[in-house]
Amino acid sequence: MATKLPKVPVVVVGMGWAGGIVASELTKAGIKVVGLERGKDRNTSDYAMGHDELRYQHREELMQDLSKETITHRNNEKMRALPMRDYGTFIVGDGVGGAGSHWNGQTYRFLPYDFEIKTLTDKKYGANKLNPEYTIQDWGMTYGEIEPYYDTFEKMAGISGETVELYGKRSNPYPTGPMLKTPIMNMFEKATKNLGYTPYVIPSGNLSESYENPDGISRAACQYCAYCENFGCEYGAKADPAVTVIPVAKKTGNLELRTHSNVIEILNDGSKASGVIYVDTITGEEFEQPADVVVVASYVFNNARLLLNSGLGKPYNSADGTGVIGKNYCYQVSSASSMMFFEDKEFNLYGGAGALGIEIPEFVGDNFDHSEVNFIHGAGIRVTQYGNRPIANNVVPKGTPSWGAEFKDQSIKYANSFFPVKSQGASMPYRYNYLDLDPTYKDAYGKPLLRMTFDYTEQDRELVKYMSKVTHKIAEEIGADIIDTNEKQGDFNVNKDTNTHNTGGVIMGSDPETSALNSYLQMWDAENVFVVGASAFPHNSSFNPTGTLGALSYRAAEGIQKYIKEGGSLV
Amino acid sequence: MAEHENGKISQRGSTRRVFLKNSGLTVGGVVLGGALGSLLGGSSEPASHTAPAAPALTVNPAEALMFFTPEQYQLTQAAAERIYPKDDNGPGAMELNAAIYIDHQLASPWGINSKEYMAGPFYKAEETQGSQIRILRKDLFLLGLKSLDAYSSKKFESNFIDLAPEDQDLVLTDFSEGKAPDISGVKSTLFFNLLRSMTIEGVYADPVYGGNKNMEGWAMRKFPGSRMTYTQEIQKEQFVKLDPQGLNSHMSH
Repeated sequence: MATKLPKVPVVVVGMGWAGGIVASELTKAGIKVVGLERGKDRNTSDYAMGHDELRYQHREELMQDLSKETITHRNNEKMRALPMRDYGTFIVGDGVGGAGSHWNGQTYRFLPYDFEIKTLTDKKYGANKLNPEYTIQDWGMTYGEIEPYYDTFEKMAGISGETVELYGKRSNPYPTGPMLKTPIMNMFEKATKNLGYTPYVIPSGNLSESYENPDGISRAACQYCAYCENFGCEYGAKADPAVTVIPVAKKTGNLELRTHSNVIEILNDGSKASGVIYVDTITGEEFEQPADVVVVASYVFNNARLLLNSGLGKPYNSADGTGVIGKNYCYQVSSASSMMFFEDKEFNLYGGAGALGIEIPEFVGDNFDHSEVNFIHGAGIRVTQYGNRPIANNVVPKGTPSWGAEFKDQSIKYANSFFPVKSQGASMPYRYNYLDLDPTYKDAYGKPLLRMTFDYTEQDRELVKYMSKVTHKIAEEIGADIIDTNEKQGDFNVNKDTNTHNTGGVIMGSDPETSALNSYLQMWDAENVFVVGASAFPHNSSFNPTGTLGALSYRAAEGIQKYIKEGGSLV
Repeated sequence: MAEHENGKISQRGSTRRVFLKNSGLTVGGVVLGGALGSLLGGSSEPASHTAPAAPALTVNPAEALMFFTPEQYQLTQAAAERIYPKDDNGPGAMELNAAIYIDHQLASPWGINSKEYMAGPFYKAEETQGSQIRILRKDLFLLGLKSLDAYSSKKFESNFIDLAPEDQDLVLTDFSEGKAPDISGVKSTLFFNLLRSMTIEGVYADPVYGGNKNMEGWAMRKFPGSRMTYTQEIQKEQFVKLDPQGLNSHMSH
């Protein structure tokens, strides 16, 4: 039997970017918040030995312990879903800071086109451009409406970047200037300019210069040490909830942060929540935390799973397309890259940063004409320099064996002489790609795991085919000695694909029939429950999701305050 | 070059067997493990280093076994060396202590899959669903080693360690392609992939884990290891070569 605790105004599930921003905004406004985090507390001092590729990247030190909780996966409804037993594809954060501690820091805004994708696609290409089984829909909020929240997030995190003409209008320039340009970025810049494109330096949460944010948090500039993705920044240069919003919330005295607290259920009567049940992961003891407002701010998968396991909201049904929880799960398509090998050039690729790179805007969204192609949206075409760590980077030209004498020789020969032109493509929602509860497998607390039914669609495959030609053309213009272009998108493999941008499952919109949340991320079906995170995206764009997640978190924080004052459904 | 060097390795294995036979520490040609085998650890090790013998007490104390028997260790050394052989670039997996690394990893929580979802039921997976086996890494590795010898004996009438490098490669190729017999119901590819990835880790992980001896794995590919800043270097057109630094260089911070 769970021990019942005194009621609090707001309980937040998960202390990553979403939960951290909500906690920070509410506590600054004088509202008492209890933050529940299943992992441990963390800050920069935990990363003194952080430059350890094996421990952090290959043994997933900062990631969710899959022995306690994972997902199951099947490519389609005819298959039996089986658990993702170890990491191979997406990585899921854990602990204070969540995925915001181990991310790379690439911080984009989505396009005006993204927020009104259905309307704009129908208008320009007619209602039959896509098969109706692609369940694209507008977000219930325009770019103009979300723009101020992007601005707030970028100022809080100190995002470094440069204004891009082909993207949405900005009320302010980025708070800090763009990151440095390295020789491989210069090569991409020159080649793409020759081809008539307009390259820009990727917007970055790794600070390009020292910066003090509006909350009074000061951070120092990035040192390009090459340990971002999968790693925490021992220096605090990378924007991380643990060095930005969470310290601000703590300082108010209004945040009570409880770590090792894994929420397993939202208590509710179908239309309102009364609190949550959580397990102390160390002692196994269960607690009931009553609250006026429940904010679900954990990772995409767990946001959907917690609602499904709590019987909150109507589960999605692929047979008739009704219901919303689990709907429009999206990933990204990143296969269309061209790997370049150089015989006589060596680059200082051992250095870099998670958000160090350069990209062109011409092939994203509807920035090019789709009349003659069998897909919509597009991809960011880019060169990045994260820092090539030696276990992960043993890239050899096609046809080279994967082990033995030739492998060793070639992998050493090219260790500092290769880089790819990459493509990060948007993923459109599809009727038969969704999340629901697994009928067989359970987590460490006896609750059903989340089941993912997902495979790449024809739309995804067409996009990859098209973008591979673009990356190949740029690689040729750069002038590599060997170019290996990947032209095809294979089947989704839960153990191999490495894009980690999961979205959807608890999506926002303007119609309660087709969405779970309004534009404040308040549930249509339960007015005192807000579900914050990339789970709210109705589709996945070609950009990294954190900028949009951050903007929506500020929007939700505003909605929660409004709800506390006024009550009711906010729109 | 590589073949020549590995000829030496193979010969070394043979030499050890000859020594064992002559010293009477085998029964029916099978090398004895256990206490008898361990007596030999000291005598066979110095012979495997080409450098002049350093005083024994300065040897890295991490160069000791937590998991393998000495025989399993030597077999792992031989197999890892074929994945990452000594060549003109520099030392191979054997000299870099990749097998020490593998030993230590298999003895760690990772060897018992402690962060993985291990609850049943187990079903045969489609190719897109990742590994669905109950066998722990430490057990798969030992079964794989046994299978390596059994398959070598069947194919070439000799244990793996005594084969010529070319024949060792043929055996490993069959494992990598799943042509060797299943290992307790598991495709031989799975054991091979484990051996391959652990060897790569063993030559390139920070030396704190027991491999990448003297950071020579890093030095071969001009990787400087772990430093606090590369702000200057990344802007330079010319390659800037820096001596590798390990995690222990961070202990003073």
